[in-house]
Order: sequence, then structure tokens, then C-alpha cells
Amino acid sequence: MKVKSPLEIYKYLPKTNCAECGYDTCMSFAANIIERKVKPADCPFMLEEKFKDKLMELEDLTSPEIKEVVIGVGKNAVTIGGDDVLFRHDLTFFNPTALAYDVWDTMPLDKLEERINTIKSYTKFYVGNFINLDMIAVRCVSNDPLRFKEVAEKAAETGLPLILVSFSPEVLRAALESIGNKRPLIYAATEENWQEIARLAKEFEVPVVLYSKDLATLQSLAVTFSEMGIQDLVLDPGTEPVGKGLQETFKRVIQLRRAAIEGGNKKVAYPIMVVPMTAWLIESDKLSTTYWETVVASVFIVKYADIMILHSLEPYEVMPLVILKTNIYTDPRKPVAVEGGLRTINSPDENSPVFITTNFALTYYTVESDLVSAGVDCYLLVIDTEGLGVEVSVAGGKLTASVIKETIEKEKVTEKINHNSIILPGLAARLQGELEMETGMKVLVGPVDSGRIPGWLEENWPPK
Amino acid sequence: MGEEKNSIQDLLEFFRKLNVKELHNVEIEGDIEIEVDLQQTPIFELMRAIGYELGMAGYHLMNASKMLGYPVEVFFQPPQVAEVPVQVEKEVSVLSELIREKFEEPKVEYPGVIEEIVIGATKADGGTRSNVVKVGGEKSLPFYYFDALMPNTPKVTIDVFDMPITLAKAVREHYQDVMEDPGDWAKKAVKEYNADMITIHLISTDPLLKDTSAKEACKAVEDVLQAVKVPIVIGGSGNPEKDPEVLERAAEVAEGERCLIASASLNMDWERIAKAAKEHGHVILSWTQMDINNQKTLNRYLLNKIGYPRDSIIMDPTTAALGYGLDYAYTNMERIRLSGLKGDKDLAFPMSSGTTNAWGAREAWMTGSPIEGDSDWGPREYRGPIWEVITGLTLALAGGDLFMMMHPGAVAVFKEICQALYGEKDIRLDNIEQWITLEVEE
Ligand code: SF4
Repeated sequence: MKVKSPLEIYKYLPKTNCAECGYDTCMSFAANIIERKVKPADCPFMLEEKFKDKLMELEDLTSPEIKEVVIGVGKNAVTIGGDDVLFRHDLTFFNPTALAYDVWDTMPLDKLEERINTIKSYTKFYVGNFINLDMIAVRCVSNDPLRFKEVAEKAAETGLPLILVSFSPEVLRAALESIGNKRPLIYAATEENWQEIARLAKEFEVPVVLYSKDLATLQSLAVTFSEMGIQDLVLDPGTEPVGKGLQETFKRVIQLRRAAIEGGNKKVAYPIMVVPMTAWLIESDKLSTTYWETVVASVFIVKYADIMILHSLEPYEVMPLVILKTNIYTDPRKPVAVEGGLRTINSPDENSPVFITTNFALTYYTVESDLVSAGVDCYLLVIDTEGLGVEVSVAGGKLTASVIKETIEKEKVTEKINHNSIILPGLAARLQGELEMETGMKVLVGPVDSGRIPGWLEENWPPK
Repeated sequence: MGEEKNSIQDLLEFFRKLNVKELHNVEIEGDIEIEVDLQQTPIFELMRAIGYELGMAGYHLMNASKMLGYPVEVFFQPPQVAEVPVQVEKEVSVLSELIREKFEEPKVEYPGVIEEIVIGATKADGGTRSNVVKVGGEKSLPFYYFDALMPNTPKVTIDVFDMPITLAKAVREHYQDVMEDPGDWAKKAVKEYNADMITIHLISTDPLLKDTSAKEACKAVEDVLQAVKVPIVIGGSGNPEKDPEVLERAAEVAEGERCLIASASLNMDWERIAKAAKEHGHVILSWTQMDINNQKTLNRYLLNKIGYPRDSIIMDPTTAALGYGLDYAYTNMERIRLSGLKGDKDLAFPMSSGTTNAWGAREAWMTGSPIEGDSDWGPREYRGPIWEVITGLTLALAGGDLFMMMHPGAVAVFKEICQALYGEKDIRLDNIEQWITLEVEE
């Protein structure tokens, strides 16, 4: 964003300190705009007619360096771009890389439906959330506008945002006339077809990808489109999947992003597309190609791709990629602890076991979801270890017999059960003796991984 | 696309075709079912040896400090864009000529340079290694050849242990036949799996394992030095009481070979380890638990208190697995590298990554997801290696120079992608636009 200090923003605000926005003062609201935690329009008064000009100016001053582009409509719509920094520790990265998986219009119908369904239904549980896949890229292989349109319609039924892929304006038009109101991203305008594609982008008001391996040409296209009033642009500098070509692809992506953020070149300050599925052009077997597509994608998830088109739906490719993008785009400023206290899992009664864990978010959510999934009726006593995991908090003296005892008393655990026993995580086994002495309860040692609790319970519960 | 054979063998074959040298006789059994020992996670001893636990400690502590001074959550709502009616054949006008632009290539020059470290000594330098390994020497961010050429590609050192240990089956099956003998183990890793270096972990010295004496354990060091001619890394068991004694002895035994001694760490008698390593002419690994300030402190101690030469220090700022703190490891390494390049001489050293930590992620070794609602995780024999590759690759992009790894397939893929980004592979595909109309056969 153009401004660096809250003072510069404060000037534009109503300065009444009314706290409607949830912050005590306009100054504090301004500070949170700088941190990109709120937007100017989150102050209700800025929406009033008399602030209209100020709001516009402020939005311009505070807009991210890289343009945000929305693809799709409704709850599945995906925003890409929006970054302000080259290194995540300087703020955070915004809008995780959107992953689009391809289908094409010459696939047999049953294969097509199966594939669409796999894309639509993919879920991976991670730190308290389920991650899904973002989009479907529909490729035109047939060169038949009607056929392409039908396949695009089928993909659109999922509600997921689409990328319509063809260099042919006629083909794209056919699909847009049917589903252009779903705000698909169209791929792509090139040095050859740009006028026709620009016409489509304007007519249907859809975002558009500009493609060229030559960055000067790419910038020329971007400037030309912007001049025509088309601002929702995505830049594809070409993905060469092997050897020197890959090395140069890396350079193009880095240079585009650096020029926009550090070099002040607003002409290329748009989201970047990378297409790891070009790996499938390499002659090889399926496993090797899948691995290669995964590593190419990983490079560009770490380095600046805002959206990518992938082919392999093999779980051993999809899972690491969705986790990698989540990791890289996690806000480094955000705390990673949950609240301590007693949780009920499923429907426990007085005969149910009580498990102990810590309040580190990754640990907590893993244990909690394992118990819920396995249908275990139990209590989960979450100890506030200041966000440390089990092993570490034992080593660091944050998970001790006395801390556990305090929490047991505070949560009145013994009143809820009739067996007077409690289960330590396997990684905290060494606390067993001391905890028995301190609490007078029977202390059992559970497995080292909560995924094995069901098997453990079969052998050890109820306690003898 | 060729027919689907679906084995690591094919994978290795593929990379062999792409010029990875010397990868033969890789036997992979058809049965990849791993039974997990209920009382023992397969990776426990390994984790201990390479400091996983302590690594995580640093990770969590860093989280805690991050929390201070930052207000609550970020509130960004997904945009709600309404459907707009399709407007057919709207009159639109477009420009008649493309506006021609030039693209200015940004160039970044840093004042600092990362030390280039030589590991190993050949006959000419009083050792018995057939070659040396060089790491570091960067003047730019990793693979940013357009700013300044990277003098060395990332190097891989394969982990060898001085006693058989429990490993995830996907890893174990490649070493099953050599686990009784560190020399054979090292030989296989170099000859068949293309290791640039070997790390011998003296984990049997751990009082909780065999409590082998320093003297006894150092036989394994001699065995490995005999068995292979590449430079080696010598690691302890990670036990803070025992390691100083063990590593001191190892440094003495390996005198003249210019090994990397792993490691000096603030939680143990680093002074004793560093003094011995320096006295016998080795490179020292300065290991901290994911904290840039501690890294700086320990490096300064080594430089100023011990007088360690600048050309003999490598850092290990700690590696966490993909999904289990990789974001912290990545950012920590990236910050260290940027500080070094910007002129902080205390941090201008190459970095090492304990990439094998990736096998601690349950996604790498568990048969399937224990969580209801998860899509199928797929066969774990493919998940594990890719977990190791991505963990390493992400850190290579943060500035890692030396990677401690184990799975042969992971090593091959990791090297291949690094060499491609480095520009070592003089191949390219024409007509990449063909992906648009590709009918992928599966
Ligand atoms: S709602 Fe607007 S006027 Fe009121 S305190 Fe917040 S920023 Fe200031």
C-alpha cells in the first residue's frame, strides 16, 4: 500500500472516536488498516455520501500493491492476488495460491463426471479446518464451441469457480454466453488474439489471463488491457517444466513480482498464474510425472504464484500441495493457541475416559478431530501450556503435575466421573508418578499418537 | 505418457534418464504395507538424533513471542460477488494497436556474501577423501541467478546410524540389508543413492539406548571413513550430557579429514565440542532451535570465544516438517539468509537442514487418515518421499545449502529440481502451450 503510517490514514477518517468499528479510536482503526486487518469501508461513516471522495482516495492509498482479482460468484468465489510484500515475515502473504484442477472437453462423460466429483469433494483436515480445492480449469481440446460449452456447464454445476481455457475466441464465447454470469476466468489473451479476447472480457465483465513468455509483451498486453478499462487481469509468463526452461520460468515469476512490489512498476502489479501441468508434456511414466508436477508446483507456491492449473489428483500430490500453500500463507502474526479447559467430545458420561492434551492449536485440533472421528465419548482436558505441544511443554516445564492438578480442580473433573482416573498423552509418560501423588487419581499413559486412541481404549478401558 | 508402472523404480529410472548419475540396483519390494509398532513411533530414535524435539521447542517458543503485541485474528471475509445477468452482444470497443512496452528487469545487489565452506580433505590437504564438497558462497537469494550466480548447488548428505533403528518402512526397505554395518550402509548410500556426503549419527551412545562409550562408538566413524571416500558429517545422539564427550573423541579420531561436526548447541557444553572440532581441523555445525537471535549468539561465541575460523562454520537453524512448523522453519531461514546478505557477518554462513524430520509428519508414514471426512490419503510409500522432497525444497528456497536426507527417491527428485533451478540441465521443452489441448492418458 502507498501509505506507511496510521497518521496518513487518520486524516481521512471521521475523527469522532465513536468506536462503531470495534476499535476505541479512529487512530487505532487506522493502525489496523496498515496491518491490513480492516478496510476503510469497515468504518460505517465512511460509507456516507459526504465521505465519498475521502473513501475513494483512502481506498486508493491503502489498496494492496498487487491487484486483487475475484473469480467465481457466491460463497465459493476465490480472491487471488493482494500481496504487499516479497517476504512473508515483512507482513504476511494474502490469499493462498488458488489451485485449479483441469478437465477437458474430449473426456468420456463418465470419466469427466468422476473427475469433477473428485475435485469438488476433496477435503483435508488441517489445524481446525477442512481444506478444499479451489477451482476447475476446463480445457478445450475438441475446438468445438458447442462441446466446450456443455462441458463448462457441467463443471459450473459444482458451484466452483472456473477457468475457461482456449486461445480461440469463438470457443470461449460459446461458454461465456451460457455461464459468463458466473464470473469465470478466461484463458488467455496473447499477442495474436488479444483484441477478440478483450472484447469478450469487456462484454461479459470477466477476469482474463494474459499470456506471454516475453515479459515486455506481457507488460504491453497488461497496459493495453488496462487502457481499455479491463483491470481484472492475471499474468501467465509461461511455465516451462524442465531444465533451463524451468530456471527461466523461475526468473520470470520472480522478476514480475519484484518489479511490481519493489520496483514500483504498477503496470505488472497483477496476480501471477503458473501452470505446473505442463509437466505432463514430458515423456515419462505417471508416477514420475506426478512427482515432477508436485515439485514444480511447490517451487511456485513458495515463490509468488497466486493461481495455478494442475492435473494430477493423486492424493499424494494434492495433500502436500494444499498443506504447503496453507503453511506459506499462514499469517505469521497470528497466535497458535486455543483456550484451555475441559471439552466434551461426542456424548460422555460418568464412565467415560478423560484425556489430557495441550493448547497448541495443531496438537489440540489433531487430538480433537481424531476423537470425534473415531466416535469416542470422552472428556478432553486442555492444559494451557502457552501454546506448546506435549513433548516440548513437558521438557520446558509448562506441562507439569501441578499445572494439570490445578486444571483438574478448576474444571471440577472428578465430579464428572466415577472412575477417578485420567489419561496422560504417551509423550508425557514421565509425569505419571508425580501426577498420581499430587491428585490421588489413577493415572494411565495413552498412546504417543492420538490416532491410536481407539485401539488403546480397547485394551485399556475401562481401567482394571 | 507411457504406461503406468507406479513404482519408485520408475521414478528413479526417470531421473536417471534426466542425467542423474549412478542410480542402479534399487530394489523395491511390491509389498509396501507398514505395520506401525504400537509402542514406538517409527521415527522416534531418528527424531531424537536429529533434534526434532528441541526443534519443536524453539518453534513453539517463537510462536509465543510472536503472540505478544499483535491483536487478535485477521478479519477478511470472502468477497460476495453477485451474479450479473449475461449481457449478450454488448457493444464494446477495443484498441486497434497493442501499446508496446519495455519491461525493466529489476536487479538486486547485496553488500554481503555467504561464506563458502569446504567440507572434506583430499590427500593434498592431509586427508583421505577423494573429493571435497563445497557449500555456500552465495551473493543472492537461492537460485536468483539473475542477481548473482550461485556458486554451489545444494548438497545432500544421507543419514547413516551406528545401530539399526526403527524407520518408516518406505525408508527402511532401502537400508534393511545394511543396517547392521554403518560402513555398508554408507557405501550403499553413496554408490546406489548418489549421496554427496554421509552423516554418521552415533546414536548408540545415548544412555537411553545402548550407552556405548565414546571410544567404542568412534569405530563406526573409522568404518565409514574407510568404506566411502566422500566427506562426512559426524553426529552425536543429541543427548546433552553425552554428546560433548562423544564428539570430542570423534573429532580426534577423524583428524585431518575435515568433517562436519554436528553439532555445537547452546543446550550442551558447546565449548568443549567446538574446541575439539577446531583443534582437529573440522567444520562445526552451529545448531539452534529456530531462533535467529540465538543463532547469532552462538555464532558469535564460536567466532569470538573459540576463535573458530569463518571458513569453517555451518548453521543448522532447525527444520520442521511440512504441515508441522515448516512455515516457521522457512521464515527463520529466509530471515537468516537475508541478514547475511545484507551484511550481518555473524549470520553469513551456509545453512544445513535436517530434512529427514519430514518423516515425523503423520501424513508421511501413517497407513491412512485417522480423521473422518478426509479424502483418501493415497498410498503412503509415495506420500513419505514427497513429504521429504517438499520439506527440503521449501528450505532450499529459503537458503538451505546442505540437506540431511534418507529416502533414495526423495534424494533423486530433490537433486533434480535443484539442478534444474540452478541451470545445470541443458534441456527445454518447446511448444509448452500444448498443455491446453493435451489429452492426458492415464
Ligand atoms: S467507526 Fe469510524 S469514526 Fe468511529 S472510531 Fe471507528 S474509524 Fe473512527
